[in-house]
Amino acid sequence: MEGELSGVLNRRCVEAAVMTGLALNCHINKKSLFDRKHYFYSDLPAGYQITQQRLPIAANGHLTYSVYMGKKRSQMTTKTVRIKQIQLEQDSGKSLHDDLRSQTLIDLNRAGVGLLEVVLEPDLCCGEEAAIAVRELQMILQALGTSQANMAEGQLRVDANVSVHHPGEPLGVRTEVKNLNSLRFLAKAIDYEIQRQITELENGGEILNETRSFDYKLGCTVSMRDKEGKQDYRFMPEPNLPPLVLYDATSLPADADSQQVVNIDQLRDMLPELPSATRERLVQQYGILPEHSFTLLNEVGLLEFFQSVIKETRAEPKRVINWVLNTLLYYLKQQNLAVSESPVTPAALAELLDLLDSKAISSSAAKQVFEELWKGEGKTAAQIVTEQQLELMQDREALEQLCQAAIDGHPQVVMDVKNRNPKAINKLIGLVRRTSLSRADPTLIKEILERKLSL
Amino acid sequence: MSVQASPTLFMAMATAATATSAHPDVVSIARVAPPSSLRRTRSKEMWARALRVRFPATLNRGRGFASKAGPQGKVQEAGQGTHSPRLATQGAGRVPAAKIEHLERLALVNFGSREAVARLEKAIAFADQLHAVDTDGVEPLESVLEDRCVYLRSDNVAEGNCTEELLRNSHHVVEEYFVAPPEMNPQPRNFPKNGQHSYLNKKAHLYTPAHILTPEI
Repeated sequence: MEGELSGVLNRRCVEAAVMTGLALNCHINKKSLFDRKHYFYSDLPAGYQITQQRLPIAANGHLTYSVYMGKKRSQMTTKTVRIKQIQLEQDSGKSLHDDLRSQTLIDLNRAGVGLLEVVLEPDLCCGEEAAIAVRELQMILQALGTSQANMAEGQLRVDANVSVHHPGEPLGVRTEVKNLNSLRFLAKAIDYEIQRQITELENGGEILNETRSFDYKLGCTVSMRDKEGKQDYRFMPEPNLPPLVLYDATSLPADADSQQVVNIDQLRDMLPELPSATRERLVQQYGILPEHSFTLLNEVGLLEFFQSVIKETRAEPKRVINWVLNTLLYYLKQQNLAVSESPVTPAALAELLDLLDSKAISSSAAKQVFEELWKGEGKTAAQIVTEQQLELMQDREALEQLCQAAIDGHPQVVMDVKNRNPKAINKLIGLVRRTSLSRADPTLIKEILERKLSL
Repeated sequence: MSVQASPTLFMAMATAATATSAHPDVVSIARVAPPSSLRRTRSKEMWARALRVRFPATLNRGRGFASKAGPQGKVQEAGQGTHSPRLATQGAGRVPAAKIEHLERLALVNFGSREAVARLEKAIAFADQLHAVDTDGVEPLESVLEDRCVYLRSDNVAEGNCTEELLRNSHHVVEEYFVAPPEMNPQPRNFPKNGQHSYLNKKAHLYTPAHILTPEI
């Protein structure tokens, strides 16, 4: 068959590229071309990498992300980074350097596997912005199923091109920073490199167009420059791969083989909910703030945890979000745990919130119970409440007596209250709480006291 | 069957272009450091320099290959007396005279004789005829496959699980890794030794062309 000469492309790679391009608001090129990029390295057995340098599959898109502004970082604004292009290419193998024995070990398992390269325009201004933008990209890729995008596993690799310039002047000479395998290091490396370049220029030096590696132990970038000078990749059209042709509803040929045809419009209809849409939906659905929504998506597994709790508890979403973000997440961060490692399960938290919701316990008691649950000893919230006698007093009369006792025992405070000293009533409430061993609802105490003092 | 465009051909062209691009508007002479038996006489050198003045514009076409110093070594400034850049081989020893002539023939850069220059001029004039064709608005032909579409295969794993068979291809393996030959010009490495997660810059400092330019060119 005459097609024997040509190479073959994995359909799933094409679909993933188109969907990623659509999610990033790109123009999809109905015809894209493949090229060879030549260079010599031990993990590239063929001596060239197939890529799309002349005419990539997608171009001219943008990625929107949110940043917290202001001193207290309470205000959220959206920013955009332009996408220059998305191209399909081949992965190389992986090299491990064994400096001890001065040898390089080569693993060719991933050589030839399809890669998607997303090229951003230089619209990002600092490490933090870059980390947020990449995180958003990561979430989009995960939502699409294009990639699991785990940086530590090398599923998502990021190289940063950094330059500095005075406002109004053209972009300065850029350096390329590699070896960034987490969002944290990405931000650190970029900020270090920006500062290094500024310092260098202010001291009258110049920036070389070179490649630098991030040394995470020292927290700095190190030159990888060698004496060879600039690389010459000798790009040439890939002789074995004809153009990649995509169709849409209007250009679809009538007798097309569905296996051979990729329909952009069909893929657009199949796009899943993207993170930005998910965040909005959560705000509408649960009545939470955009910042809450942002955090729920940003922390891996937190959204699922939140939704599990919601399903199992009677408590209002606002209360649930409060406990999930301000208590659970706080505890997790304190001990640097992932959501999946939480000793408190969604079911346990749901039970706790039910007790709180039915006023079986006070909120301060609830905090105590959470603390106990965190120890992960397998006790339920109800068990802890019983063990530590944290139930709210149900006996109204007993409470009234405690209030009366407090009034009788502290005439000076009572005087202050009657003199409209605003802090005095809280003092009285505190006294009653202590005598009730924190087993009384503070609002109820206040109500009883105010009635007794005829306020 | 598949087409393998040889990088060696591009290398040979690069030697010509490197020479031209080093001095953008001037024809320069690319010379491999010759064995003493082949050293050009002074008169030829003068001739060569005169040559440079006469053909400033024409050989800019060579820059279609637009390469700067290729991996075979830097274009260094020669010593005083000649203004021609020299191509230094990197430690591979003498290149036989027959090979130099062969390379010069391939790259059409033999300016050592009047006839050769005349031949070059004729070749350029011949190629200039291309300009007679009006190509405005015509897309360049980059591939004879341009009217076809690439064949898409489904995402099924049809082969694999042949680790042992593949590793047998190499005489030196360590724990299921191939072992790369030692570098010719090892650079100080500043990578963290975090084993399998190091993703490295791909630089061409491992092999000199002595390995890549195989003798059969």
